[in-house]
Amino acid sequence: MTMNAAAVTSERPAMNRTSDSPGASQSAAPWPVEIHDMTVAYHRKPVLWDIDLAISRGHLTGIVGPNGAGKSTLIKAVLGLVPKASGRVTVYGKPYEQQRHLVGYVPQRESVDWDFPVSALDAVLMGRYGRLGWFRRPRKTDREAAMNALRQVGMADFAGRQIAQLSGGQQQRVFLARALVQEADIYFMDEPFAGVDAATEKAIVDLLRELKRTGRTVVAVHHDLQTVERYFDNVILLNMRVVAAGPVADVYTPMNLQNTYGGRLTILDEVAEAVRQAKPIR
Amino acid sequence: MNPGVLETIRTLSTDDAWVMVVGSLVNVSCGLLGCYLVLRRQSLLGDAISHAILPGLAVAFMLTHSRAVLPMFLGAMAVGVLTAFLSQTIHRVANVPEDASMGVVFTTFFAVGVILITMVARHIDLDPGCVLYGAIEFVGLDMQSRFGLTAPRAFWSLAVVIAVVVGFIVLFYKELKIVSFDAHLATTMGINATLMHYLLMSLVAGTTVAAFESVGSILVVAMLIVPGATAHLLTDRLDRMLMIAAAVGIVSAIMGNILAVHWNTSVAGMMSVVAGLQFATAVVAAPRYGLISRWLHHTSLASRVVREDILAMIYRWHESTRDRSLSAAQVVRALGGGLLPHLAMLHLRVAGLVGPDQTALRLTRAGRDRARGLVRSHRLWESYLAKHFDLPIDHLHEPAERVEHFVSPTLRDRLAEEVIDAKTDPHGRRIPP
Repeated sequence: MTMNAAAVTSERPAMNRTSDSPGASQSAAPWPVEIHDMTVAYHRKPVLWDIDLAISRGHLTGIVGPNGAGKSTLIKAVLGLVPKASGRVTVYGKPYEQQRHLVGYVPQRESVDWDFPVSALDAVLMGRYGRLGWFRRPRKTDREAAMNALRQVGMADFAGRQIAQLSGGQQQRVFLARALVQEADIYFMDEPFAGVDAATEKAIVDLLRELKRTGRTVVAVHHDLQTVERYFDNVILLNMRVVAAGPVADVYTPMNLQNTYGGRLTILDEVAEAVRQAKPIR
Repeated sequence: MNPGVLETIRTLSTDDAWVMVVGSLVNVSCGLLGCYLVLRRQSLLGDAISHAILPGLAVAFMLTHSRAVLPMFLGAMAVGVLTAFLSQTIHRVANVPEDASMGVVFTTFFAVGVILITMVARHIDLDPGCVLYGAIEFVGLDMQSRFGLTAPRAFWSLAVVIAVVVGFIVLFYKELKIVSFDAHLATTMGINATLMHYLLMSLVAGTTVAAFESVGSILVVAMLIVPGATAHLLTDRLDRMLMIAAAVGIVSAIMGNILAVHWNTSVAGMMSVVAGLQFATAVVAAPRYGLISRWLHHTSLASRVVREDILAMIYRWHESTRDRSLSAAQVVRALGGGLLPHLAMLHLRVAGLVGPDQTALRLTRAGRDRARGLVRSHRLWESYLAKHFDLPIDHLHEPAERVEHFVSPTLRDRLAEEVIDAKTDPHGRRIPP
């Protein structure tokens, strides 16, 4: 939101710190999110190795990688939802645990039980629970905020609908509205585009741009290689390690994609070819 | 209600009233907690905890050599929470499915409890049978006076329980809600989902201990699941679900006692049966999710489809031939006969969409408008399919026959913009405007 931060990020957005000179981040305003030497393991098997990242302010950053690359795990580890074997995460230079109120989260749609007896408005209102504090009930202003958020994602007409009666795309939009009322500065989204209809996809893209316009930082797991360049400013190519990270124009190259996906995807060659044709490697 | 039961109601005693009050306290406490167990898909954890507390009671007795309430309570709470914890841990660490790990933990605990109790039973009156079936019939025998009111001893302890349960739900309403719906989001907001889980489990354990002595664990297990499951079928809002679950619990207590007295059978058992009957009723008759409502919805859709098929059939008949007339009997036969086409014919006539002459059917003006829309949808959809999919021409009719009933006028206009020729369908027939 402030200008000096924008100046830093325009130079070095979503950089992979290992490939850059260390200590640079200390020189100016702190990054919205910094991940230092983070390793995550399930049943002693590492799923993420030595993650070192700085997320740049006011940009849309996509996380891309094959299945099992640890994309969701990366987000969950940052948010403390899965234990880290090592490493630490800072938000604007302070430990994440002290800065929770600045960070919003949109989980995968399949992660909750949509038969839960709440209306769309109720579900959105849950985004306010964190800031309300213990024992306090949502007030009129919270309801208005929730209603506005529903309007913003084009779901105002469905406010009273039980959430299981919504289509997949509509459910995703409820999740986004819920994130909006958190009024966070940084958003982590887990596959927001997964399995949504065209109208919802457009609504999400508009929303991401609006968040960017108001200076928010967004990090989203993304699965559609074809839309990465259109939707995101920066990209993190992930396959258990950070293969590459930085502005899409610099980092989203056939070579890096090949390194990320390895031989696992044959269709990737075609995509890489498409990318190559659209933008020759310098 | 049969006169015998009414007679039973007339002869109910004060003791019976206390049984119903105590039963209601248990059922409402369990029903409220049960809503959360049902929503969190942890119904069986209630079952597990209520069985597993047995060794906790036995150990508490062995340590204190008394049946004092507090040690018993603490022992049971500890084992109850331990059950929830061990089920989770074994599931995670040993990679055993969650239900299996829970089953192993609580049956083992229960068995250990039975062994411990029979070892010390020589000295005390802690009867395993009593644990299961309870003795709610006899609550009136053990009265205690407090605050100027003489009530069964069980009433006092259960009054505390229900106050704690209701207080917990009121105070932590939004925390319980978000933790039950989306524990991850709650965690990112700094709401401790694990803590809420164990608080809930402690309450389940505490309620079970306080209740089982007077009513037995069968009733507790039933009330932890059935009212919540019933209420979930009846409403789409959490606050109403809690209230309905409480109501189901109260009805079970009152009706259960009346019927048990009437047939001279187990009170706790009959209360559970009444709860089960309420659940069965909800399965059949719930407004939205019940079988009847789903059947009605399905039938009304099916009859609309048949009515529309008749309209389109008459339209097409007059489109292709002018000299022969189409009779109602022919139409019904073409639709395979049966009740539905007959009713549909009648409906169309009463609604004024088809003229009264049954030997030579004519569409009224309104009927023709409806029919034209249907045929238009049908033929536009055929054109759309022909344009976008490589289908043989005789494969177009069938999908269009199904889709025509669901294409709204706006969607129709969009289809008309999409197809190459909005005047003629792939078979060369005219698409009506």
